[in-house]
Amino acid sequence: MKLNLDQAVINRCRQAAGHIAGDVDQFIRQRTTVSLERAVLRLMGINDAMDDVPVANLFVETIQAGQGLGRGAAYWLANGCYQLKLTADEVAQRVVSGQLDLFQLPQADRATLNPTLEKLMQPTIEKIKDQHRFRKDKLSNLGMGPEPLLYVIVATGDIYQDVDQAVAAVAQGADIVAVIRTTGQSLLDYVPHGSTREGFGGTYATQENFRIMREALDEAGDKAGRYVMLVNYSSGLCMPEIAVLGALERLDMMLNDALYGILFRDINMQRTLIDQHFSRQIIGFAGAIINTGEDNYLTTADAVEEAHTVTASQFINEQLALLAGLEDRQIGLGHAFEIDPSMTDGLLLEIAQAQMARQLFPRAPLKYMPPTKHMTGDIFQGHLQNGLFNLTSVLTGQGVHLLGMVTEAIHTPYVQDRLLALQNARYVMNNARNLGEELSIRDDGKISARARDVLEKAAQMLETVAEIGLFAALERGMFADIERSRDGGKGLDGVVMKDVDYCNPFQELLTQQAGSSGGGNDEK
Amino acid sequence: MMRSNFVKAYGDALNDGAVQLSFTLPLSPGGMAKEAARHLAEKMGLDQPEVVHMVEAGTGFSFFIVYGFCRHQVDTSQLQATEVEIQEMSFNEINQYIQERIGRRLNVVAACTGTDAHTVGIDAIMNMKGYKGEYGLERYSWINAWNMGSQVPNTRLVAEAKKTQADALLVSQVVTQRDVHISNLSQLTELLEAEGMRQNVLLIVGGPRISHQLALELGYDAGFGPGTTPRQVASYIAREIYRRQQG
Repeated sequence: MKLNLDQAVINRCRQAAGHIAGDVDQFIRQRTTVSLERAVLRLMGINDAMDDVPVANLFVETIQAGQGLGRGAAYWLANGCYQLKLTADEVAQRVVSGQLDLFQLPQADRATLNPTLEKLMQPTIEKIKDQHRFRKDKLSNLGMGPEPLLYVIVATGDIYQDVDQAVAAVAQGADIVAVIRTTGQSLLDYVPHGSTREGFGGTYATQENFRIMREALDEAGDKAGRYVMLVNYSSGLCMPEIAVLGALERLDMMLNDALYGILFRDINMQRTLIDQHFSRQIIGFAGAIINTGEDNYLTTADAVEEAHTVTASQFINEQLALLAGLEDRQIGLGHAFEIDPSMTDGLLLEIAQAQMARQLFPRAPLKYMPPTKHMTGDIFQGHLQNGLFNLTSVLTGQGVHLLGMVTEAIHTPYVQDRLLALQNARYVMNNARNLGEELSIRDDGKISARARDVLEKAAQMLETVAEIGLFAALERGMFADIERSRDGGKGLDGVVMKDVDYCNPFQELLTQQAGSSGGGNDEK
Repeated sequence: MMRSNFVKAYGDALNDGAVQLSFTLPLSPGGMAKEAARHLAEKMGLDQPEVVHMVEAGTGFSFFIVYGFCRHQVDTSQLQATEVEIQEMSFNEINQYIQERIGRRLNVVAACTGTDAHTVGIDAIMNMKGYKGEYGLERYSWINAWNMGSQVPNTRLVAEAKKTQADALLVSQVVTQRDVHISNLSQLTELLEAEGMRQNVLLIVGGPRISHQLALELGYDAGFGPGTTPRQVASYIAREIYRRQQG
């Protein structure tokens, strides 16, 4: 099954998106943020907490107060180690307890510090590489289920209950488990510490919680004979730090989308686009996949009228991801099945959108989201809506399939909601496994016409955004009908200009690597 | 005294009491699990409970579908249905109503408060584009509408209400895990009381698990459940404010 799309229009989209991403890249390269610097510290092994406050936070606050952040946290930590012949932990402890004023030390130049920096980086780099290798081996030994991969969420608030529910879901066929974060975590400017048993609408993302769930899923996966992926959120105000924790604990997918944070969490656009770039570099290096959040636009904007904004955003996200060194197979662009179920031929439009996304991004593990906006308390109707969603997904060959829950509009899923969702998906996808190969789409029909229309509108929108820039487009409310200003939102005070002698050996390494692999642009 | 009017659940004959239910037990499927499910249904008041489906729902869990005949009946003459009474008007009628009867634009401030980040509900009521083909409050020419978005602390909402001289506050609560919405909603009424503003605003709450009854219990003026349209909310606000003006 294939749509006959106009390659010239696709080229226009990519060209405009490339231009938009390039502009953003120019902007973010000159700046760093408190969260980015905390991530650097975590990469250098500063992962402890003092009275539940992460040492990385306290350290960065101290440097920021002394106007030293523009030089990079890595510089100050390494200089401390070098001058005092102490370990990174010892320096950090002394700084945050007030025993040591880093600004009073002699300041070595970069070349002198390079061996120290190297030594501080090495253990984490090795650990991330080990995790990457471990995943590769597991995947080649066990493999995964057939695509679309079945993705479920757990959200009990208690990591140990989450484990029970996740293990149950794996036994029923889940390929991917996402632990939903507690409501409000995206707006916390620090990452909580340790294992947690209290949360609302989800469970805190902490390194320890990641580790607990990873261990449980590895075990469940071995039992089920396939590798089970773990997902969490590298988003919000701690985006890059969570990317680091995810890399250390072998998370396989990270929801990672600055645009989502800007629009739906009112996070400052400068802050989160800078954060996003570094997070994506880390996620790329860890061999994990990003999931982007375009699907959410359709929860506020109309899915029929605004479909092109999703497509346009996918192109932008693709280009930003490529600039951060991700390969196509790591770019899980999002979209959703959100058209009003009462619409005549609504399914045709859904098929058009899903098939078009498949063809525009042939190697991307597209993340397809279930109906949410038009789900009601009528769980029987909802079960059918999910059935049509499952059919569209298997028909158009989506990569990552988020299972729709019949109780979407009522509560976070019960164990049986997940069971019903998995049964529904297994039934439909098995029953129609190769339907897509048997059908062709008529060139003069409604599906083709719809795809052409959406693609053309996306091209026009991207060209407008390229002209005015992404920041201005967001200020005009061009995505999701939500307007955000470039100096508004949360977290702007955490953005600083880099000094000329800014030091971030990780970013240097990752940028270099991305350059040498040549990205993975897929233009054909 | 009203005449009693008893009703029972209806399957295919009056008063047969037929009901269906589904649930999970933390037991592996088997004879014992089935028996446990049947007994549980019996304790719920079902006669002749029949477990028509049992399946493993992960290790150590079974999911059941059960049919039975519920013994219980209710007397509707003894019940009070609490729903917001709304005389619905059209988009144009509402604007006209405000213009003619109240004579000034109404100020409406909306927010998802507390830790709640789910703006689907409040957006459906507020957004210019609206919901199910109905314009949201932002589109009404005789309403000044502010949508403060998600995770708004109650204190900020109160401050905004003061600043805008709000006639009505719309609070949305979607995530209600462990009843976090109850304490959050109560806190808002307390704050408004403390500021001496409670009597000056129409306080409205909406969400999938919100009923008018619950809203009243929490000291709100009205509660709207799922499926509420912007027009219903706007009609209610316009009429209620006019009614209060009349004293």
